[in-house]
Amino acid sequence: MTTSLTTTRRLLDPAEARADLTRPALDTLLTEIERSGLTGRGGAGFPTSAKVRAVASGARRPVVVGNGMEGEPLSSKDAVLLAHSPDLVLDGLEVLARAMRARRGVLAVGPEADPAPATAAARARRVEVVQLDGGFVSGQETALVGRLNGRPGLPRDPFTRVSESGVAGRPTLVLNVETLAQVALVARHGADWFRSAGTRDDPGTSLFTISGAVQRPGVVEADRGTRLCDVIAPAWPVRPVAVLVGGYHGAWVPAADLGVGLTRRDLAAYGAAVGAGVLHVLGEGGCPLAFAADVADYLAGESARQCGPCVNGLPHVARNLRRLAAGVRDRSLPAEIARMAQLVTGRGACAHPDGTLRFVGSTLEVFAGHVAAHLEGWCPTSRQAVAS
Amino acid sequence: MPHVTAGGGVVTTRLHVDWTRCDGHGSCAELLPELLDVDDFGFPVARSRERDPAVPRRHEAAASHAVRTCPLMALRTYDAHP
Repeated sequence: MTTSLTTTRRLLDPAEARADLTRPALDTLLTEIERSGLTGRGGAGFPTSAKVRAVASGARRPVVVGNGMEGEPLSSKDAVLLAHSPDLVLDGLEVLARAMRARRGVLAVGPEADPAPATAAARARRVEVVQLDGGFVSGQETALVGRLNGRPGLPRDPFTRVSESGVAGRPTLVLNVETLAQVALVARHGADWFRSAGTRDDPGTSLFTISGAVQRPGVVEADRGTRLCDVIAPAWPVRPVAVLVGGYHGAWVPAADLGVGLTRRDLAAYGAAVGAGVLHVLGEGGCPLAFAADVADYLAGESARQCGPCVNGLPHVARNLRRLAAGVRDRSLPAEIARMAQLVTGRGACAHPDGTLRFVGSTLEVFAGHVAAHLEGWCPTSRQAVAS
Repeated sequence: MPHVTAGGGVVTTRLHVDWTRCDGHGSCAELLPELLDVDDFGFPVARSRERDPAVPRRHEAAASHAVRTCPLMALRTYDAHP
């Protein structure tokens, strides 16, 4: 699924790819990035200026890493961006690397992306392109840094931040590839231009990957703050029941609320965030609990198997969710899932347990009626008894 | 919990678990029962449910002991500036 559905706007515009590289000094660049209000497009949504500042203030020359690992199976926007606009991504990386007097610039591409366009575009630049394999957690910042240091791609304890000690022990800036492309555009056109799209609190555009119950799955670019229903419209959704916003670590927005704007603030009511822009449409044909149990099983299996609460807690939750989906009429199941979710959240080296449990919690909340029906032995999706 | 340092700054001592090292040996929860419980699987969990629980001054000595005793060296304390 590497189709671009977008009427070309910013990130996938071939004219942008041909423009000359600007070389602003660090102060100028930082001021523009800060004024732009750009936030990370890889999932966590952290202000980009703060990340740059934390690394730039280090005593040693830093390393800048472009993160194109895209471990989320429902996301393909990074692969599409790297295929259509590799120069824009590399411009962003190079602008930052030059301004910060970086020792190294590395672009890490995940197993699903074609590394050829970026490799060709990097030939005339001082940027390395590497393709790495890896599963769901391979794009976690500390896992990627570990991998670039020649270790297995596993998350490490975040007590020492990669902004202090990352690749080769140097202060390391890790930014998602879309974030880098946005940095290139901010450097080229300025903060005011960037802010001319999106909302005051959540400016700019984002790439979104649309999948699930749609006739044309693919990637679109839209202003932050666009209504969810308008963003998924070009993919031709088929009778949506709910949309999973933010991917397997995300949360559900039910069909009745698809007018919600895709901003940090508007989505907070659902426990969701724009994140990496994953929008997965659940249609009428799929039981949400069966879907969620499949996802929870997958995510439990994608644990890096390092942290006890994650290794033990996620399978426990997945097992009980599966029993609920299968129609086991045990009224204690939802409370037991909630208890374990509360116990495990916040007790891991990376975002995997918290993200997984956010998804499970949202499922039980948004589909509470469905849960109640299953506990009565009835599935509203199939309109049949669920066997137990 | 927060206390004033010689320099006049306010700091809170916090306890951090490196979950990639911890194997649920359980000595920390035994040494710091006021701060730590164990979960269903034997791994420490802060009674306050904070990510890195604050260590009250009266428990600082026990916390240091727990840090030194952890066989996996998975525990540390640090000063946080709130």
